[in-house]
Amino acid sequence: MSQRPHEIARGNYYLRVIVVFTLMAGLLALVGFMQSWSLALTIVNLCLISAVMALGVNIQWGFAGLFNVGIMGFAALGGLAVLLVAMPPVKEAWAAGGIRVIFALIIFTAAIALTLHTHKRLKGKRGHGLALSAILIVGIIISRFVLDPGVAAIEAVNPSSTGYLGGLGLPVVFAWLVGGALAAGVAWLIGKITLGLRADYLAIATLGISEILVAVMRNEDWLTRGVKNVTNLPRPVPYEIELQQAPWFIDLVARWNADSLGLLGESARASALQPLLIEGSTIFVKLCYAGLFLVVLLVIYQLAELALNSPWGRMVRAIRDNEVAADAMGKDVTGRHLQIFVLGSAVVGIAGAMLVTLDSQFTPGSYNPLRYTFLIWVMVIVGGSGNNLGAIIGGFLVWFIWVEAEPIGFWFISLLTSGMGDDNGLRKHLLDSAQYMRVIIMGSVLLLVMRFSPWGILPEQTKQFK
Amino acid sequence: MTDVLNALVLFANFIFVPALTYGSQLALGALGVTMIYSVLRFSNFAQGETMAFGTVITILGTWGLQALGVNLGFLPTALLALPLGIAVTAGLLLLTDKYVYRYYRTQRSASITFVMASLGVMFIMNGLIRLILGPGDQNFTDGERFVLSASAFKEWSGLDEVLVIRTTQALTVILAIILVALLFWFLQKTKTGKAMRAYADNENLALLSGINPDRIVMITWIITAAFATTAGVLYGLDKGYKPLAYFHLLLPIFAAVIVGGIGRPIGAIAGGFIIAFSEVILTYAYKKFLAYLLPSDLAPDGLVQLLSTEYKLAISFIILVVVLLIKPTGLFKGKVI
Repeated sequence: MSQRPHEIARGNYYLRVIVVFTLMAGLLALVGFMQSWSLALTIVNLCLISAVMALGVNIQWGFAGLFNVGIMGFAALGGLAVLLVAMPPVKEAWAAGGIRVIFALIIFTAAIALTLHTHKRLKGKRGHGLALSAILIVGIIISRFVLDPGVAAIEAVNPSSTGYLGGLGLPVVFAWLVGGALAAGVAWLIGKITLGLRADYLAIATLGISEILVAVMRNEDWLTRGVKNVTNLPRPVPYEIELQQAPWFIDLVARWNADSLGLLGESARASALQPLLIEGSTIFVKLCYAGLFLVVLLVIYQLAELALNSPWGRMVRAIRDNEVAADAMGKDVTGRHLQIFVLGSAVVGIAGAMLVTLDSQFTPGSYNPLRYTFLIWVMVIVGGSGNNLGAIIGGFLVWFIWVEAEPIGFWFISLLTSGMGDDNGLRKHLLDSAQYMRVIIMGSVLLLVMRFSPWGILPEQTKQFK
Repeated sequence: MTDVLNALVLFANFIFVPALTYGSQLALGALGVTMIYSVLRFSNFAQGETMAFGTVITILGTWGLQALGVNLGFLPTALLALPLGIAVTAGLLLLTDKYVYRYYRTQRSASITFVMASLGVMFIMNGLIRLILGPGDQNFTDGERFVLSASAFKEWSGLDEVLVIRTTQALTVILAIILVALLFWFLQKTKTGKAMRAYADNENLALLSGINPDRIVMITWIITAAFATTAGVLYGLDKGYKPLAYFHLLLPIFAAVIVGGIGRPIGAIAGGFIIAFSEVILTYAYKKFLAYLLPSDLAPDGLVQLLSTEYKLAISFIILVVVLLIKPTGLFKGKVI
């Protein structure tokens, strides 16, 4: 097989990987030295999550050319899983309306199943659409009739602190798997309907489902507390306060700073230790998170690489590059697409769950397509679609720019307009709108990379078989 | 008898008139999407933001005219500023075509590449409209508020319920009819319109018969700008300018296009009304309506609302899914597999 135009020689490629990752580490270290190590670690944690999300999108777009415009919805599903798995159940709420809610959900599911069944039975007959709509509407009416009193009862239980059903009270890391499973389930439904039709339909359907999922999470208070948010989600890592009192941690910090502390007397030593303990505990917590996220990232990366280089991966890429030819070779195009779509969405769901765990709060109001769909796309395109390492470096780099662009943009505009007075209308307007510049810049980056460097920083590499 | 009349008036006031207005706005927006689809062969995700951009420019023009003391009497001043909005929007769309889409056209890229590029354009416009006019709501409606006011209707009919028609609602429907009629005349009767249909139908054959593709593409963008801006301004006059609302119009518009059959102007119009009527009918609270029609001891306690208005988008989505399941080509047999 001859080399494709976008591929670079093997040796150059490895050199490029090393250079790019070293530069990225250097940038993060620079933040550590110039701003603070705590901030640098915050950025690293979000970079790791972004990289996982970008891997998920790369599986869909890079491997198979599937265009998912609803990444936000799948990430939000992952976040919802954290709440449903890790929060303790609210017993009063379950007693007040739990049975009604479960019963209503069963009726609703039955209505949908009946609709699908009728669809199969009546396919191609007259009045088909009308019958389906009628069943669906009657189903919704009955389930609402059962649901509404239950919801009212649940939301009346201590509304200022709970007013929802709560979760299962299981360990939070387990929620990451559940988040992936939830996202995969929804992806399967969407994929079943739209894959096999024109590619645009998948884009439109994913856009729609993601907006609806977020709308549900914002409005169904009995499930998510809606815009009242769920805070204080359980953490998989120790709390700072506990660390500061744990003898082993105090000992560790003391030993770490032995050089500077050793010169001080007994009383001065205790007072100097306190701020070190506080700083040390936040850094320790962030390091714990970074370790967990890194493990997830490496596992998913390894699996994605194995899949990409397996016969299955080659088939998927063949389908991407020429659907008609692959179909003629007897490959099940729609089936492979469905697999890929479900797998990629599951990875996005896991990343979404990790993000909510890191924030330890679930805020349905904070999901917007710019941050959760579009930014991830820019990461994949900039990093190099089809290359897993590319997706990872894209996730790191684009998140880094996204975070650092605001202070730099703000500084830049205030420098430009420093000649004007503080109450100058134009200066005020420009400073207020610095955040919209970010959107414009990211949009431009996407268009420019697509146009002039469509293979990204690390182009796709395929193993050569002689 | 009066109860039935009251119920009918209630229906007209809260369902028929609003749905007709909203449907006209959707139809205009959907026509833009369907035109781009038939000629350039991709789903334009930037349509919602294009509508918002046209509205932003029109609002600025309106404020300029108001500052000069110009107005249109009982009609909103925005109508005078509308040509400016269309012209600037057409300019912007032609720029995006020149610097973004043309390259992929010469490369004969897959349609998904166009869709992605349109997503990039969408986000640039998204930032642009907020940069120009800020993220807040704006109200730019002036002139006479009602064509048919509550007191006038009450005096005429003597019923408890009233039918109110706002100027913006009447204007929306009339303007939509005029624009659609113009579009159909253009497509059916003029030489350029026929060339455009030929190009949409079979690109290679059209090129062979000497049709200039660049001209066709240019005119398509200009028509899209006109429809998108008009739809956006009418929506803004009717419901107030909210930047996020325009983004959320994207799904109903796509649903309308697909329900009617992609690439079919008549389908886009029918689809717009189907989506609008379903949305309004399914989210309306029927408590009062049923209270008029049913005997008093059967009158409902709850709101009798099928879906809360927060789930408007879900209705477009469900219709979209049902159409994709049953008849992916849409009502009017669009050309898509």
